[in-house]
Amino acid sequence: MYNFEFVKPKTLEEAVAALSAEEAQVLGGGQTLIPTLKQRLAAPAKLVSLSGIEALQGVRADGGVLTVGAGTTHATVAAEAGAYPALAALAGNIADPAVRNRGTLGGSIANNDPAADYPAAVLASGATVVTIAREIAADDFFQGMFTTALNDGEIITAVKFPIPEAASYQKFEQPASRFALVGVFVAKYADGVRVAVTGASEDGVFRWSEAEAALAANFAPEALEGLAVPAEGMIADLHGSKAYRAHLVGVMTKRAVAAAG
Amino acid sequence: MTQVTMTVNGKAVSGEVEGRTLLSTFLREHLGLTGTHVGCDTAQCGACTVHVDGKAVKSCNMLALEADGASVDTIEGQANPDGSLNAIQAAFQEHHGLQCGFCTPGMVMAAAALLKENPKPTEAEIRHHLSGNLCRCTGYHNIVKAIMAASGQDVAAVAAE
Ligand SMILES: Cc1cc2nc3c(=O)[nH]c(=O)nc-3n(C[C@H](O)[C@H](O)[C@H](O)COP(=O)(O)OP(=O)(O)OC[C@H]3O[C@@H](n4cnc5c(N)ncnc54)[C@H](O)[C@@H]3O)c2cc1C
Ligand code: FES
Ligand code: FES
Repeated sequence: MYNFEFVKPKTLEEAVAALSAEEAQVLGGGQTLIPTLKQRLAAPAKLVSLSGIEALQGVRADGGVLTVGAGTTHATVAAEAGAYPALAALAGNIADPAVRNRGTLGGSIANNDPAADYPAAVLASGATVVTIAREIAADDFFQGMFTTALNDGEIITAVKFPIPEAASYQKFEQPASRFALVGVFVAKYADGVRVAVTGASEDGVFRWSEAEAALAANFAPEALEGLAVPAEGMIADLHGSKAYRAHLVGVMTKRAVAAAG
Repeated sequence: MTQVTMTVNGKAVSGEVEGRTLLSTFLREHLGLTGTHVGCDTAQCGACTVHVDGKAVKSCNMLALEADGASVDTIEGQANPDGSLNAIQAAFQEHHGLQCGFCTPGMVMAAAALLKENPKPTEAEIRHHLSGNLCRCTGYHNIVKAIMAASGQDVAAVAAE
């Protein structure tokens, strides 16, 4: 790991100012970024830690919306997002307890790993990603593997999740890393059903619109009979072929619908 | 170089570190507390687990400067005040929860974090909690038994008995 200057501002304004420096980068929980720095895949001159900024912390439910500060750890979401149980359960099953004590919501979605869990929840909930500059709809935020709508130095401050009537996230774990080999988040709202799939596609998290339409008409696993995502465009690696992942998408979606009830 | 100050096992310590200095490096190389092991240095194995402000973290995946002002607990601070092994450590010895011992500091710190939150975990909860701590020797069963025993529960029912 190359050396860098480390700063830990107390306010968002100070963080924004610190990030205006050349080659400055945000540090969330460091659970993805520190391994990346060790491999020298990134070499910022300055790291701006968000962990000292109180305004980025916390979980709040209000008027049918759960707002989670971008600096909130996975462990805190697991413990405090009781108003949105499927989200709390997802957070409690990311990585392992020690990683959950450091890793943050903002870091996870900014990174947009194609096998990460949170992107599925954000997209299936039709959530709004709030940054220092603007509000971004989930449908516009995720733009393919490791790519998002964020500009350089744009800090995510919070995510606003509309709380669904029923929801469930089902993750088929890659047994070594415990990232999602395929993970499906199903969320049922008064005006429709949203289904988001992570782990499977070469384009990162995506919505399965055929399944959404079928489930809007009949919210039951049987409604998905005969539907399948095409194997083309799925990830193939030593853990599973394209066809295997495409098959798992159907299986995990059915399980999520059954669990959401 | 930047000055970092923290409380480690109840004692105030400080030192000069770089931005990139890891908490594990600070503990081992600056403070000489080599009980915290570095197995993988990639956040996978959990051998480097310590508590920061009471929460288990992988110290190879946290910057020393992020722990500035924090209270850190390592394996060196786990024994009872009279030097005897604490309940978790004694149970690891009693139930053969270690062979080479490399993973043990991390296992003990992970177990301590679990029992603080959940004083009577089930076998399944223990196994789930240890998902980020790898052991190449024991096959885990005796570690699970040790943690069951340390929490005052019957170990006879643990799998593969
Ligand atoms: C052993 C291990 C297992 C894991 N397993 C899983 C898993 O099963 N599922 C899963 O989803 N994830 C998993 N992860 C990843 C983990 O969830 C990370 O915490 C997460 O991906 C990154 O969050 P972070 O806060 O640590 O971000 P960092 O590592 O600090 O940052 C990641 C990126 O996001 C940027 N960033 C951070 N915060 C913000 C912000 N507020 N605004 C804008 N940009 C920001 C950083 O600049 C960096 O580019 C695992 C990690 C490890 C080490
Ligand atoms: S040495 Fe830190 S997790 Fe392996
Ligand atoms: S006892 Fe050897 S690695 Fe666990």
